[in-house]
Amino acid sequence: MARVAIIGVGQSKFVRGYPGSIRELAFEAFREAVQDAKMTSKDIDASIICSAPEYDKQRSPAGVIAEYLGLTPQPTFYLETVCSSSSTGLKVAYSMVKAGLHDAICVLGFQKMSEITSAESQERMGRGADIQWESPFGTMMPAYYALHARAHMAKYGTTEEDLALIRVKAATYGQINDRAVYQKPVTLEMFKNPQDNMAGPVASPLRVGDCCANADGSSCIIVASEEKAKVFSEKPVWILGVGAASTAVNMAGRDLFSGLTVAVEASKTAYKMAGISSRDVDVAEVHDCFTIAEMMAYENLGFAKPGEGKDLIRAKETYKEGSIPVNVDGGLLSKGHPIGATGGSQLRTIVLQLRGEAGQMQVSNPEIGLVHNIGGVGLYGNVTILGRD
Amino acid sequence: MAKQEIDDRFKKFGTVSFTSISKVNDFIGYLEKGQVMGTKCKKCGMTFFPPRADCSGCLSSDMDWMEVTGEGTLLTFSKLQYGPVGFEGELPYTIALAQFKDVKVFGRMSKELSDADVVVGMKVKALPVQLANGKISYEFQKA
Ligand SMILES: [Zn+2]
Repeated sequence: MARVAIIGVGQSKFVRGYPGSIRELAFEAFREAVQDAKMTSKDIDASIICSAPEYDKQRSPAGVIAEYLGLTPQPTFYLETVCSSSSTGLKVAYSMVKAGLHDAICVLGFQKMSEITSAESQERMGRGADIQWESPFGTMMPAYYALHARAHMAKYGTTEEDLALIRVKAATYGQINDRAVYQKPVTLEMFKNPQDNMAGPVASPLRVGDCCANADGSSCIIVASEEKAKVFSEKPVWILGVGAASTAVNMAGRDLFSGLTVAVEASKTAYKMAGISSRDVDVAEVHDCFTIAEMMAYENLGFAKPGEGKDLIRAKETYKEGSIPVNVDGGLLSKGHPIGATGGSQLRTIVLQLRGEAGQMQVSNPEIGLVHNIGGVGLYGNVTILGRD
Repeated sequence: MAKQEIDDRFKKFGTVSFTSISKVNDFIGYLEKGQVMGTKCKKCGMTFFPPRADCSGCLSSDMDWMEVTGEGTLLTFSKLQYGPVGFEGELPYTIALAQFKDVKVFGRMSKELSDADVVVGMKVKALPVQLANGKISYEFQKA
C-alpha cells in the first residue's frame, strides 16, 4: 500500500493581537510550508481550512483564504473540531490522498482570537460546552479541566505542585521557541508566592500558571502521496497512524474523570494502525491547554500507568533528555493556543524533530513521534503517529 | 384556527439559558414542583440525566420521567473565580458532579456550604432552587 507523507510544515509566530486580517495570518504559515515542500500553489490540488468558527467574523472562511493563498480553482472546504480542528484536517487529508482523490493537500489551521472583543469572547466562553444543560450553571473551560484535576488528585494523590512542575517544564522550552507567545521563565517559587500572578486562583485547583494563553496564529501542513513526496521531498515524514474518538459533551454522560477517554481510544487506534506501542514513541506533542491535560495525556497515551504521571514529571522523564520527551517546544502553555492552528503547530514540531531540524529543541535522533490534540474538554481526540525512513 | 401557544419554559433554566424550547420542557415544570427529574426508556430501560426525549440505546421516543432521589456521592468539583457574561454577580461559585443511584448529575454546590464542607466523596442531595427573575435551577446540598 502506498504511504502518505507530510512534506511541508509552517507556522506563524503566535502572538497577542495579530496586526493583520485572517487571510494575511493564514498566508504566513502557508508560505513557510509551501517553500518547505519546495512547491508552488499550483502543485497543491486541494485545501482544508480549519478554525473554530465562533472567533471568526468571516462566514465560511475557506473560500476567502484559499483564494488569497492562490489555491483556486482547486477544491477547498472548512472543517472544525474546536481545538483539534487542524489534526482532524490532517486525518481527512490523509484519507483523501489514500483514496486517490488528490496527491497534495494543504491543511491550513488558523485563529485570530483577537478578531472579537474581550466581552464577546467572554460570552462565547459561556457557550463552550453543553449549552442546554451545563452553560446555565456558569461553566468555563478552566473549570472543566479543574474538575478533571480535582478527580485526579482525589484518586491518585497528585498535587498542585506536580501540576506546576509541568508549567515549569513548558517554560523551559518556551524560552527557546521564538514562535511562542510566552517566552519568560517560570519557577516553582512563583507558584508558592500568593502575590505572584502564576499563583492567582482561576478555578480550583487550577491557577493562572496552569492555564495556556489565548493567541493569534496559523499553521500549515502539506500532505502528499508517496509518489509526489518522492518527487518533491528529501526528508518525507510518513503518517503511520491516525486515531480519533469522541465522547459525551456533558460531564454527566462520562465515566472517566481522572483521564480523557478520547485520548485512550484514539491512541489505541493509532498505535494499532502504526503497529507500535507507547514504548516506541521517541518524542511527543500533547495538548497541554492546562497542566492537568498534559498529566492525563502521559497516562492516557501509555507513557505512564494511570496515577503515575506525577512520577514522570517529578523525575523529569518528559524533559528533552528524559525517557519520553514531551512538548519540548514549550507546548500550548508557552506557545499559546490559537484554537484552529494548534494541531498543525504540534504536527510541525514533530516533523521538524523527525527531520533533525528542531534546533535547540532537538531531541536525540527520534524515529517515531506522536501528536495528541484534544478538542473541547475531551470531547474530540486525535492521536497521530509519524515516522521517518 | 386558535393561535398555538409556544412552550418555551426551558428559557427559565439557570442563571443564563441558551435554550428555550426542548421536548423535555416538563423538566422545568417538575423543578417548579420540587423535583429533579431524569428520564427512563420504557422500551429498553436505559436511564438518562440530563433527561432526553429520545433513547440512544434503542431509538425509542417512549420515555418515562424518573426522579433523582436519595443520596449522591460527590465525584469532583471546582470553585470558579471567573465566570462568563451574566454570572459576574454570583462569583465565586462551585460547580460539581455527583453520582446518584442510576445517573450522574452535573450542577452547582449550595452557596450555604463552606469551602471546608465540600470534599470529594461527601454525600449530597439534588434539590431545586429558585433564582432571581423567576428563573429556576437545582443545586447540591449536604445530605
Ligand atoms: Zn431505549
